[in-house]
Amino acid sequence: MSRILPRPTALSQPYWDSCRQGVLLLQQCQECGDFQFYPRIMCSSCGGDDLHWQAVSGKGSVASYTIVRRGITADYPAPYVVALIDLQEGPRMMSSLIGVAAESVRVGLPVEVTFTDWSDEIAVPEFRPVIQASGDNP
Amino acid sequence: MVSTQNLRGKVAIVGVFDTEVGVVANRTPMELCVEAALGAVADAGLELSQVDGLITCNAMAQPMLYHAEAVAEYLQIFPRYCMAVGAGGGTTFSIIHHAASAIATGMADVIVVSMGDSLRSGLSRDQALLVQSSTGHPEFEQPYGPTVPAYYALIAQAHMSEYGTTAEQFAQIAVSGRAHASRNPTAQMREPITVADVLASRMIADPLHLLDCSLVSDGGSAIVLTSAERARDMGAPPIYLLGAGEGHSHEHISQARSLTTSAAREAGERAYRMAGLGPQDMDFAQLYDCFTPTVLIELEDLGFCAKGEGGAFVESGATMPGGDLPVNTHGGLLSHCHPGNPGSMFALTETVWQLRQAAGERQVANARSALVHAQGGIMSSHTALVLGTEVN
Repeated sequence: MSRILPRPTALSQPYWDSCRQGVLLLQQCQECGDFQFYPRIMCSSCGGDDLHWQAVSGKGSVASYTIVRRGITADYPAPYVVALIDLQEGPRMMSSLIGVAAESVRVGLPVEVTFTDWSDEIAVPEFRPVIQASGDNP
Repeated sequence: MVSTQNLRGKVAIVGVFDTEVGVVANRTPMELCVEAALGAVADAGLELSQVDGLITCNAMAQPMLYHAEAVAEYLQIFPRYCMAVGAGGGTTFSIIHHAASAIATGMADVIVVSMGDSLRSGLSRDQALLVQSSTGHPEFEQPYGPTVPAYYALIAQAHMSEYGTTAEQFAQIAVSGRAHASRNPTAQMREPITVADVLASRMIADPLHLLDCSLVSDGGSAIVLTSAERARDMGAPPIYLLGAGEGHSHEHISQARSLTTSAAREAGERAYRMAGLGPQDMDFAQLYDCFTPTVLIELEDLGFCAKGEGGAFVESGATMPGGDLPVNTHGGLLSHCHPGNPGSMFALTETVWQLRQAAGERQVANARSALVHAQGGIMSSHTALVLGTEVN
């Protein structure tokens, strides 16, 4: 596969390492408590520089989406869904939606993260609809 | 702080020129840029030797490290103010703001802004891919395969969800652009279209159909700017820069403050304040139309209708020829031409012809003032200009 592979930096390496372990990490500011994405050397809310990596729920909802009908290259077979995801912890990120009929996607759809291996070094976070629990669960 | 009022009416556009647009395979981007510059200088009734400032944009199909210097060398002029800008859309107009400041502060007396590119005929396969991937965060967006239309589709979908805007309303913007282009002999696409035609065209990235997307073109365009004082002695009636304002809110769409309200709002407020005019004073508007949803959001953010009412506004026919606010009177990027970075320049030259009352069949009756807007990135970087025939 020759998709457009992300090239981790020294700062973002923990994010990508964690993706390979199946856990979504975000930076959290130790001064104001806000989460941020993408990773930065400063807090985009308060300007603080004490940022820790924190595992997050991986849950969120679709802020917007599109069905790409003509792929960017032959390695992206269309149709596929590109979406903006509002994570429960606050930040917004771009991702793909998988495991869903493209025509049934709606703004506000609850989704959760899943990880797809693209190479030995890179697993990419993608999202799928939250699987509804069966009726007898709380 | 120096008041922005200081720029109001201080400079004027005194020369304009467009090259042939569409498929212009017999000209390189450099030749298009040079042809446009020569045409604009001649239109102003000036000699090349009187030009002491030059601004160009880099060409995707013929990139150079020192582009403006290469154009000056080709023309054999030796300016004291010379720079190339590397980005499109909003940058194309923010440099008009900068050029006006340069004239007002004495950095140059006569500035030529000239741009040309050959996205239709001149791109190698590698350059074409580079154009596609020139936007998007390389680490956190591009891996998911968003195309340029896809980024704008995310904005369109959000507006539909938040305000109930419809695909038919977006399509009406393409219909309006084409209606204007059908009256413009230089436009690349002149055959009138209907909302049904737009909706029947191939889906590119939902909800955007092929006819919701701008053209891919070759072409060049240039203007000459000088001080209002000097402009009064020239041949053509000067068209004054009455207001200029910018707004910059993000680069990557996933980081936008809002998907449905853009920094066109600040750009417009700043330009109107400088001009001492408001949206109700504009006889027509040229709004950046790389994809139809941008126009709808710009109509709202620039004060021509309330937030969320852009769909109803375009459905009313207001933006059509003869409407209350004709928009993109040359046909815009959707139907006139879109050679990339130079794209917005054609809206500027068209505005000058309209305000000179020289726009032929498509003339807006008694046009005195206009708002001209461009954006770049993904609704990221906005510049609004107010141009007029008089400084009141």
